[in-house]
Amino acid sequence: MTLGLRLARVLGFIVALSPTVTRADIVADLSSHSIAITTGFTGASVVLFGAIDGPGDVVVIVRGPERDLTVWRKGKIAGIWANAESVTFTSVPTYYALAASKPPDETLSPAAAAFYRIGVANLKFAPKSNISPERARVFTDALITVQEKAGVYSPTHAKIAFLGDRLFRTTFNFPANIPTGVYLVQVYLVRDKDVVGAQTTPLIVSKVGVDAAVFDFAQSRSLTYGAIAVVMAVMAGWLASLPFRNA
Amino acid sequence: MDVYLPIADVSLDVFLLLGIGAVVGFLSGVFGVGGGFLLTPLLIFVGVPAPIAVASSANQLVGASVSGVLAHWRRGHVDFKMGFILLIGGIAGSILGIYLFALFSRLGQIELVISLCYVVLLGVLGFMMGIESLRAMLRQRHPGASRRKLHRHTWLHGLPLKTRFRKSQLYISALLPIGLGFSVGVLSAVMGIGGGFLMVPAMIYTLGMPTTMVPGTSLLQIIFVAANVTMLQAFTNHTVDAVLALLLLIGGVIGAQFGTRFGTRLRGEQLRFLLAVIVLAVAAQLAHDLTVRPKDLFVIPMDSR
Repeated sequence: MTLGLRLARVLGFIVALSPTVTRADIVADLSSHSIAITTGFTGASVVLFGAIDGPGDVVVIVRGPERDLTVWRKGKIAGIWANAESVTFTSVPTYYALAASKPPDETLSPAAAAFYRIGVANLKFAPKSNISPERARVFTDALITVQEKAGVYSPTHAKIAFLGDRLFRTTFNFPANIPTGVYLVQVYLVRDKDVVGAQTTPLIVSKVGVDAAVFDFAQSRSLTYGAIAVVMAVMAGWLASLPFRNA
Repeated sequence: MDVYLPIADVSLDVFLLLGIGAVVGFLSGVFGVGGGFLLTPLLIFVGVPAPIAVASSANQLVGASVSGVLAHWRRGHVDFKMGFILLIGGIAGSILGIYLFALFSRLGQIELVISLCYVVLLGVLGFMMGIESLRAMLRQRHPGASRRKLHRHTWLHGLPLKTRFRKSQLYISALLPIGLGFSVGVLSAVMGIGGGFLMVPAMIYTLGMPTTMVPGTSLLQIIFVAANVTMLQAFTNHTVDAVLALLLLIGGVIGAQFGTRFGTRLRGEQLRFLLAVIVLAVAAQLAHDLTVRPKDLFVIPMDSR
């Protein structure tokens, strides 16, 4: 990789990280910039649509907010399956989805795919403590499997459909258990095995309504929340006994 | 119709939760026990994370015990002095229990500890109840069989701090109810139960209280211990789901009324035998889940997501 190319990539990455910065050769937007988790939330769909200037392929990744994550391995201890050992990874994306107009391994060079973190296999997971590479590999694979089963990592890419030569659209389906926070939707224009254009759009996932209020209250004013929960239960119990006072 | 439980962070069917509340309420109405020991496992079976199930059951228990105590209090069947002394032990025990709960949570073992406690407790309880009720059924067929002595003196009666409990017509060491309250308080915090099924036999056989005074007095102290557990869980572990507790309470109240009516039509020994079978079935299911190789060997606990 030449220095110029590397510099171009770094610049492209910086551009990609700053929200809604557009390079003229690709524009995209979402049908909605926020997902509201309400009572009865069973998941949401967000449509991404856009246009490219000139030929090329499109790859889109959606990354959730990063958090520390602990993976436990169960082992048999005295005949009982229990959590036996754990590895904590730092800054793990809580959500990762991928969409592409053609399979990314056909349109992108491995180096470019690794640099732009395209595909679950290109995500980097850093263990918090020093562990052997083999152990890190085992737990990294497990982390990906668990996240894929939970529906928060997509193992394959979703299809991006082109309408004519320029317009494209795709749909991202978010499961009911998605974590809250700021998501980044990164749209890449791919030409000649490399990324030549990029745009980043934020997507905000938040709890709203009564549930959000209850959750925030339970976290921030936990003692008051506990007291209210107790008072509520006492009232409910007292009310329940009223109709049977004379029984 | 799904409802999203804000603290548990899962969506569950409203009628399923009301139904669980009703089933447990029905059983508590039939058998005169709190039913917390069935509530927590049932919640775990439907997918509520074990720590949330435990803490929210304690919350539900507060309400269920209030309506229970009021019914006994109107009949004058509550020994307040005994309840207060039990409570001293209960509060201390639940503080230790919450500390253990937080400790095991940090170690990533809380789900295992909860399951293990349930398997042991339900297994022993179900077995003892089954034997006892079978014996009672046999005794009825042979009415001439020997009876147990009413009151036996053991080393327990030699303990200091003797206190008079007028309402229960007892003169025993205050250390006994404090110790009893303490042990049940620990279990209450770790398992989300009121401990009525432990407290009631212990009050009758160990303390020697009159049977009529036992349920009301036991429920009285459960209110305060469960309230203390709810507060501490909310404060230290953020695991109390008030929405879940309220749904369970609504179902529970309805179920308890039907249960009480149904209970009067069945004979005591048959009832206790039936309860023993249910308790053993729940214990067997939990034990099975612990010993069978899990489908996924790797897990990411909820609190680290």
